[in-house]
Amino acid sequence: MKQYIIRRLIGAFIVMWAVATLVFVMMRLVPGDPLAAMLFDAADPDMVEELRRQYGLDQPIYVQYFKWFWQVLQGNLGSSIYGSRTPVTTIIAEAFPRTMSLATLGFFFALIIAVPAGLISAIRKHSAMDHTVTVFAFIGLSMPDFWLAILLIIVFAAKLQVLPAIGYVPLSQGFWPWLSHIILPAFAIGVGFAAIITRMIRSSMLEILKTDYMRVAQAKGLREFVILTRHGFPNALIPVLTVMGIALALLLAGAVVVENVFAIKGLGRVLIEGILNRDYPVVQGAIIAVSAIFVFANLIVDLLYGVVDPRIRFE
Amino acid sequence: MTDIPHNQTTTAGAFRADDLPPDRSREALRYLLRDKKAVFGAVVLSVLIVSALLAPWIVPYDPEAMDFGMMEGISWAHPLGTDDLGRDLLSRLIYGARISLLVGFSTVAISLVIGVILGVAAGYFGGITDMVIMRYIDLQWAFPNFIIAVYLVAVIGQGLLNVIIAISLAFIDDFARIVRGMVLSIREEQYVDAAKSLGYSDARIMFRHILPNTVAPIIVQATVSVSYAILGEAGLSFLGLGVDSDTFSWGLILADSRSFISSAWWLGVFPGCFIMITVLSINFLGDALRDMLDVREVKSVGV
Repeated sequence: MKQYIIRRLIGAFIVMWAVATLVFVMMRLVPGDPLAAMLFDAADPDMVEELRRQYGLDQPIYVQYFKWFWQVLQGNLGSSIYGSRTPVTTIIAEAFPRTMSLATLGFFFALIIAVPAGLISAIRKHSAMDHTVTVFAFIGLSMPDFWLAILLIIVFAAKLQVLPAIGYVPLSQGFWPWLSHIILPAFAIGVGFAAIITRMIRSSMLEILKTDYMRVAQAKGLREFVILTRHGFPNALIPVLTVMGIALALLLAGAVVVENVFAIKGLGRVLIEGILNRDYPVVQGAIIAVSAIFVFANLIVDLLYGVVDPRIRFE
Repeated sequence: MTDIPHNQTTTAGAFRADDLPPDRSREALRYLLRDKKAVFGAVVLSVLIVSALLAPWIVPYDPEAMDFGMMEGISWAHPLGTDDLGRDLLSRLIYGARISLLVGFSTVAISLVIGVILGVAAGYFGGITDMVIMRYIDLQWAFPNFIIAVYLVAVIGQGLLNVIIAISLAFIDDFARIVRGMVLSIREEQYVDAAKSLGYSDARIMFRHILPNTVAPIIVQATVSVSYAILGEAGLSFLGLGVDSDTFSWGLILADSRSFISSAWWLGVFPGCFIMITVLSINFLGDALRDMLDVREVKSVGV
């Protein structure tokens, strides 16, 4: 187990190194001077030269790479080329809790919807209820999250005026102000995820219902409720957990888009704004940060399998 | 002796349309027709494809013409209302179908070809080839396709062609993984040994003997991918990372009207409806195909 964790951790760091390197190389391979945007206000050629020297752009690319990588290892991702030249790490540190708030609440919404829906769908297979759930799950899968976000704003912010349409308030300023700002975006993110989990729970529960131990439980004369909650449901969750890594990725990908609708400056908004402003240090930093979340979230999910299902042995 | 009659060998999910005797393909059609969702999907998708192709002749108005009142609601003259510049929304959305379908089908065609080549090569040759290809595929697999498309657009820039390139590259890993997995099992089949002992070239064995048996999962994966590619383009364009601002894209139309949705709800509702119904139809079709071809390699989640 310990060995497995160490091996996976090394693997995760290798992936992060590969991502960082790819980002560095790609940003410099693109046609034209990728850092030209940085120098756009310096029309004077001498000044351009000066700036180039200052940023080390006059050196060979492998020297730049090692210098840059050494900085990254020390947690220095450079600073934004705009305005007050805020360090990228500061921007990311501010954005991170916002994205995580959204993803966590989205996950919570999704489970609240998906667990009952999936179970009912499996237990009452081919009933009208099952068909309704299936159609809704398909709609949830097919609905663009940013569009759902807009619909929610139209209904709850513009028409009913019960929830704020945009912005974010940190948890430190009170629970309700925080929650009220993230309910709509979190719901928009959670719906697609809910659709997937519903389908997963349905199919894995259907498999479980056919197993011998469920028949034994029935033969023992246990009440149906006990059979389903004690014997069925926990086992039905295992295959669901195997898609958790993918699902988490989906939540975060959703957050990247939906943050932009609600003007919440999470990692997604930082990334997209960086791209639109050609703020390369910010883009590099955001890509590395978003990637780190995926890689380590997947790692945690993999390790969790063993906790949930003791039958799984790590090699 | 020419070809090994490998058609009869049943590999899981093996299916080729032209392998089927007429009554079996009719049976397949009957199977699809029984599935109401699949019929819905097929009908809607056909209507969309036809209207995208015939857009210049069927749109009620010139999509660029700012001839009408601004933000007029639903009426007989403008079934879906007009936008903030007084353009007919329905006409714009019909043109938008062209971009969505173009991106959806072209990206999947590109990623399918590249992914299949990589997958077959990795599975068939094994060893170092497999290792190099799979290292890359695993790296890409660690990230959601949409995020990869965003990363790529960040590097290569915006515009229709770049969006197609970015989404195509983002989807390669899905195809490569499925094909590699299937090739690994098919490689052990006797007819492959037979073909080898007959001295056929690697390329011939790969593409004539192995590939045809991987068609079923590829078809299903391709269907699922088309719907995600359409969502991907809409998402990128919505974020301002997609097609140029003078191109008709559902995502872009939705983004443009964002500031007006509180006073003109139809601008927020209809573009999204078009995206959703298109993606829904394709997902229905994909699901029916998965059942019909009995494919398990493809998850319904094409993240």
